[in-house]
Amino acid sequence: MLSIKNLHVSVGDKAILKGINLTINAGEVHAIMGPNGAGKSTLSHVLSGKSGYTITEGSVTYKGQDLLALAPEIRAREGVFLAFQYPLEIPGVSNIYLLKAALNAMRQHQGLPEVDAMDFLTLVKDKIKLLEMDQSFLYRSVNEGFSGGEKKRNEILQAAILEPSLCVLDETDSGLDIDALKIVSAGVNSLRSADRAFLMITHYQRLLDYIKPDIVHVLADGKIVKSGGAELALELEEKGYNWVEEQAA
Amino acid sequence: MSEQYLKAYDEHRFVSSLPWLNSIRASAKQQFSQVGFPTQIEEEWRYTNLAILNKTLFLPAVLDNNFLETECLQQHILPDVWSMVLVDGHFNAALSNLAGLPDNTLVMSMQEALVQHPEKIEAYFSQAVSEEESGLIAFNNSWFMDGVFCYVPANCQLEKPLQIIHVSTQANTMANTRHIIALDVSAQAEIIETFIGVDEHYACVAVSEIFLADNAQLTAYKMQSESDKAFHFGGLYIKQARDSQFIHHNFAFGGRVARTDVHTDLGQAASCDLNGLYIGASRQHIDNHTRIEHNQPHAVSKELYKGLLDERARAVFQGRVLVAEQAQKTDSNMYNRNLLLSDKAEIDTKPQLEIYADDVKCAHGVTVGQLDEKLIAYLQARCIDEATAKNMLTFAFANEMVEKVNNKALYKQILAKVLEKFPQKGIEADWL
Ligand SMILES: Nc1ncnc2c1ncn2[C@@H]1O[C@H](COP(=O)(O)OP(=O)(O)OP(=O)(O)O)[C@@H](O)[C@H]1O
Ligand SMILES: [Mg+2]
Repeated sequence: MLSIKNLHVSVGDKAILKGINLTINAGEVHAIMGPNGAGKSTLSHVLSGKSGYTITEGSVTYKGQDLLALAPEIRAREGVFLAFQYPLEIPGVSNIYLLKAALNAMRQHQGLPEVDAMDFLTLVKDKIKLLEMDQSFLYRSVNEGFSGGEKKRNEILQAAILEPSLCVLDETDSGLDIDALKIVSAGVNSLRSADRAFLMITHYQRLLDYIKPDIVHVLADGKIVKSGGAELALELEEKGYNWVEEQAA
Repeated sequence: MSEQYLKAYDEHRFVSSLPWLNSIRASAKQQFSQVGFPTQIEEEWRYTNLAILNKTLFLPAVLDNNFLETECLQQHILPDVWSMVLVDGHFNAALSNLAGLPDNTLVMSMQEALVQHPEKIEAYFSQAVSEEESGLIAFNNSWFMDGVFCYVPANCQLEKPLQIIHVSTQANTMANTRHIIALDVSAQAEIIETFIGVDEHYACVAVSEIFLADNAQLTAYKMQSESDKAFHFGGLYIKQARDSQFIHHNFAFGGRVARTDVHTDLGQAASCDLNGLYIGASRQHIDNHTRIEHNQPHAVSKELYKGLLDERARAVFQGRVLVAEQAQKTDSNMYNRNLLLSDKAEIDTKPQLEIYADDVKCAHGVTVGQLDEKLIAYLQARCIDEATAKNMLTFAFANEMVEKVNNKALYKQILAKVLEKFPQKGIEADWL
């Protein structure tokens, strides 16, 4: 589904990603761990098409297309979803309006008619229940005044409605209490399927207890320095990143 | 220009049997003859030119009972309110509905109040604003025709809003009104003031003095939807006693030249919450002035005014916050945010803080500009293209103020007006 080859990215003169190679197949769950400032969020932003980054080398292929050539909204409509590390507040735009506008833009792209109003309401109410959110959240401005945990849940709600093919979760677990983590994980797990892949950026092994990854990568200083199975995360928690970085050096 | 008004208005002298009123009117006329209408030399009027009053000599409308466009009027009267309709500045009882007001609550036209309760009017008149405030106040004092008097007794909560509707129906006329609104101790009320008119050159001058006794709570809405050819001046002058609360929502959509003044004087631990939204297009000039005086400790003031300007529209925001030496523990913030949608649109914004106390929390901020790129990017990451994203965010910018309106029917009315004024297409009404 996704193939990243020798990806180099910089901001201004500063090189941030220094040759990332990563292949994700449909149905897989990958976790990326790594120290602060390693470039994890940068990778997620580059995949989603955020401006301000220069690709100096390498390529990203998604479902056979050159992902980097697509406008950000086209990537999203093609099924690339990024759950932001810091979701933004949009005063004046209600949650339900955004969900509907996003879904309809996606459907239009797929050649489908606009979603029927009643069907949409049923769908949204169904998903909001899944994430154990109150219905009142639908009518509030996007993320405005939401707690940290509520914002993260709201990101997953959007994913649940849009049903993307590739879900990039940037620290969706950070700052969640254990109950919220369970709910968010259940939401993510309900999305897992043979034709959908996940890339989860996290600092904490705890998340991986709830969403079991197929592969764990360690990203340090702009490179993937180690990859392994789920057990790698446990080892990392025990020994710290220095251990991997020393091994790599 | 003021001389022609002086001369013309001399014929329209209002002589009453109340000596105190005659003397207020005479003194105000004297004042007006000296200062005239405000000019741009005055600091408070620096950005607003009143030449529009010169181009047409706006005379008081003769009472015209043939006002037939009641259909148009009816759609502006909200359901479930007490209503008072002022047609060209004169109270029209037939179009109004005051049935079922609670005992001891007084709501009537100013003319009736001057007959029924002259002592009450005398006690309040000119207590919140004086003829020296500006030439327009002097003019209003001298020649106001009618208006509304509303008194809510202690501990009484009005269970329905009072809607005051100003309708201008005749070209080249001026409606000049004066309201006195007084809430006694712990009283609670909601007042909605609506301004509409025919698509003609006319002028509307409406001055209100508002008195909130200890612990009283007033929520007031202003929906200024005048003709785009009209001149509008609305002045709201509030005296807030201790622990009182005043919430204001000021929607300024109409007028060729429109100006609103909101001045409040806060008592101890009183609070005011001033919200404003102005949307201008074509060659509209929309001016909003606020003045918040913290003269006592522990008072709280919050202010947010937003403006959306397209084409050659021009707006002015001047917000003053004064914190006196004894007003310790003042908590005040004032923000003015503007979006310019055309490079010919213009905003003059001037927040002014004068703080003489040392133990206070005061914040203010002004922005003039563009949409937040980060938000556009966020929406793009959610499948929405850039043009639509900008459209959504522009609407959202205005909608943030509309959403603060708790009265459902009024909310719908204002939303419809915003959508009508909204420069870009493709915004659906189902933002809910
Ligand atoms: N716009 C930018 N301008 C300059 N430097 C940037 C910019 N964006 C990111 N960086 C730098 O790139 C490096 C990687 O940042 P990034 O946010 O990708 O790290 P991260 O791995 O997600 O860290 P964390 O775990 O703290 O979220 C950091 O040193 C950061 O300061
Ligand atoms: Mg990060």
